[in-house]
Amino acid sequence: MGKWTRRAFVSAGVIAGGAVVFGIAIRPGNRADKVRGMIATDDESVFNVWVKLSPDNTVTAIIPHAEMGQGVHTTLAMMLADEMDADWDKVKMLEAPANKEYANYALAKGFAAGDVDFPAFLVDTVDGFFLTVMKAMNMQITGGSMSVPTTGQIGMRVAGAATRAVLLEAAADTWNVPASELRASKGQIIHERSSRSAPFADFAVKAAELPLPAKPRLKTPDEYTIMGTDVQRFDVPAKVDGSAAFGIDASLPGMKYASVMASPVFGTAVRSVDDSSIQDMPGIRRVVNLGDAVAVVADGYWQARKALDRLEIEFERNGSEAIEQSDIFSQFATDMDAATAAGNEISDFAQGDAMSALASAGQVVEAEYRVPYLSHAPMEPMNCTAWMHDGICELWTGTQNPLGFAAEVADALELDIEDVVLHNAYLGGGFGRRAFPDYTIQAAKIAAEVPYPVKLIWSREEDMRHDHYRQASISRFRAALDSDGNPTAWVNQYVEKHDPKEAPYIPYAIDNQYIHYAESKTHVPWGFWRSVDHSLHAFFTESFIDELAFAAGKDPYQYRHDLLEDAPRFRDVLDLAAEKANWDSPLPDNWGRGIAIHKSFGTIVAQVVEVEIVDGKVIPRRAICAVDAGFAMHPDGMRAQMESGIVYGLTAALYSDISIRRGAVAQGNFDDYPMLRMNESPDIETYIINSGEKVGGAGEPGTPAIAPALVNAIFDATGKRIRELPVRLHDLSDINLESKDVA
Amino acid sequence: MITLNINGETHDLELDPATPLLWVIREQIGLIGTKFGCGIAQCGVCTVHLDGTPIRSCVTPVRAAEGRKITTIEGIRSEGGLHPVQQAWIDEQVPQCGYCQSGQVMSAVALLEANPAPTDADIDAAMSGNICRCGTYPRIRKGIKRAALAMKDAAKGEETANG
Repeated sequence: MGKWTRRAFVSAGVIAGGAVVFGIAIRPGNRADKVRGMIATDDESVFNVWVKLSPDNTVTAIIPHAEMGQGVHTTLAMMLADEMDADWDKVKMLEAPANKEYANYALAKGFAAGDVDFPAFLVDTVDGFFLTVMKAMNMQITGGSMSVPTTGQIGMRVAGAATRAVLLEAAADTWNVPASELRASKGQIIHERSSRSAPFADFAVKAAELPLPAKPRLKTPDEYTIMGTDVQRFDVPAKVDGSAAFGIDASLPGMKYASVMASPVFGTAVRSVDDSSIQDMPGIRRVVNLGDAVAVVADGYWQARKALDRLEIEFERNGSEAIEQSDIFSQFATDMDAATAAGNEISDFAQGDAMSALASAGQVVEAEYRVPYLSHAPMEPMNCTAWMHDGICELWTGTQNPLGFAAEVADALELDIEDVVLHNAYLGGGFGRRAFPDYTIQAAKIAAEVPYPVKLIWSREEDMRHDHYRQASISRFRAALDSDGNPTAWVNQYVEKHDPKEAPYIPYAIDNQYIHYAESKTHVPWGFWRSVDHSLHAFFTESFIDELAFAAGKDPYQYRHDLLEDAPRFRDVLDLAAEKANWDSPLPDNWGRGIAIHKSFGTIVAQVVEVEIVDGKVIPRRAICAVDAGFAMHPDGMRAQMESGIVYGLTAALYSDISIRRGAVAQGNFDDYPMLRMNESPDIETYIINSGEKVGGAGEPGTPAIAPALVNAIFDATGKRIRELPVRLHDLSDINLESKDVA
Repeated sequence: MITLNINGETHDLELDPATPLLWVIREQIGLIGTKFGCGIAQCGVCTVHLDGTPIRSCVTPVRAAEGRKITTIEGIRSEGGLHPVQQAWIDEQVPQCGYCQSGQVMSAVALLEANPAPTDADIDAAMSGNICRCGTYPRIRKGIKRAALAMKDAAKGEETANG
């Protein structure tokens, strides 16, 4: 290895025989000056990019991921601390600054080494250009449920173990004993034979001189002391007393406030702004025309907002203002038909000869499903505080992609990337939305026009009407059943593919399969929405398998179970959910029970939902969730993420519908884009399987299966098969609950 | 000039009396725990107490709060430390993203002050004005029940001490 230069800093010492090691000792005086700023005093040593050891033996885990409620700051620190044998009571965390030195290169390196599946959705950056592996080195993205499986498994753990190894070596040298006679426990190094023990910190300086091992031995699960336990999350105390600072809470001397309105019809520009109507309003500082949006800057947010409402803005027309939601679904159907007619079907997956099997089948089952566009609607509306000063652009916001945001702002303002400084705060909900930098670029452009810091806050309406939406889609199925009702062919065509590729795949043993899609672009901006394509495909596939069970005259749980004979991991999860739900137990009148299973981001989740139909309204009463993520690093955090994914998915399935009217989003706030609330929230039970398989994610896998489990439960209760979401579009008030006819 | 009493402190402010209380609390007073979510009293993240009653500060003009006792999330700590609801929120590990939790805590505190032993239906009624996108509802429910027990035990302890 050569000398550390700032540029070499991120890559040097990283790869050794395909493994990943962050063997970089940074000490005061290191040329990586942005990192040096994180060293509080001259006595501290930074062992590598993920761990800092202070003289008082405090271990600070430096986490290259954003905290948006998923507990990642805590879980990643647990993984590092456990491998290091640190004293958990003296472990803290620090979110890495948005500097390239802290890029999430565990992910990129893991990819390069073949250790992890690189989530395909990350191949596209926010503006769609291709990320090479080298560019991926510059990532610090939080998404794809990958913080624990990638950064945690091949970053934090290796860093912790390597750091422990050099500390032991330094202690062995100091005490002149073989390293093999030493052990580490709770931040102490212990030599039993001489009854000596001393804190890690005593050996920090010496250890920092040693090369970190390329492949330190990692603990096996029976050796874990912190991983797998329910420690309390770092971020909770500040979130119960109002002191937690989110992006919207940034405060700077002399700061002004901005409210913004972009063209309601996506992709159209501002034609004219008439500000004569706001001339006499108090506190107004500036009107900024951003080209596709207009912002008002004022002394207070309320003043800016009122003035914006009064401003007369005309937007250009580009034809999109004629588009209605029904046009979009018609376009999808037409493009699907056209793809088949023209032989342009794009194959996702094919095995056997599904078309022949269908043609010769005794029984064919067909169904078509639809899902709407969805908005993320995090509780904290998009916002960013920006300040242009001394040739730099300083930003305060909450983002899932701090480096990407800084790069986008640099690009938009024609600044050097080094001159954009981004301070990431807690995210008041992310769900994929805060991977898109539009609001940050707006704030930076406004700030470029004024000499003071500006806090841009989107109204809820702006947030809902200028989201990056989960795609609307249509999915069509045909399946062949043999004389026993078992499927022999599965043909699925859908529209609008994003990521991950495997989202429409099924775990069931069906010999002949053909899964394909058609492209059908619309003017509606697309975005990652919690679990991305899994959120729609689980609804499609797990609804249809339920329909096959019904057509076969079989119990929907047993039908799945039988088709999972060759997929024992799936079957175990399914069986556990059914068992905990007492699947065969009777339910009261007007109740129904449904089941679904889906794998996403390496984690298998099966859910059972029990619903009650009250005056035609569907009320989810109970949700039972079984999850196998390989190993749950933080079981209570895993349960919390399952609860969260369930409520998020239930909200969408029951209520959420973003529809296009005259080219723009018709909905604007929680009155017309309603949310599941306390009185509708079911009891949720989560059961964890630690199968020991490769570790998967937690933030997203709780969402996909809940929508099909819900509609399957509604079918069980009412006999009505809901094939288009959301559920509230359907009138269930006249269902004859006795007959359970198939709708 | 408008005079406000927030968390026991008096503030004299020059501002448009139609300004929603939320923005005064956040921008003029600098208390950031009270959040902006929807602006139309639909989500509850801006919940504060006005004379002990939970209100949506995003639609409450500041003039309506004059002469009344305003309490924000920063003002509910007791002398001994955290409010029992806050402690219960930690014990149950309620928050995820945390953005709605100031409002949730304020609604829960008001509920328990009015009704020390709420039923599930009481909790539904009191808490359904507060949206949580992270889906912490089951934990909020547990947190309220835990806090109710803690407050009951504390009250008993006081009785014993006084008796």
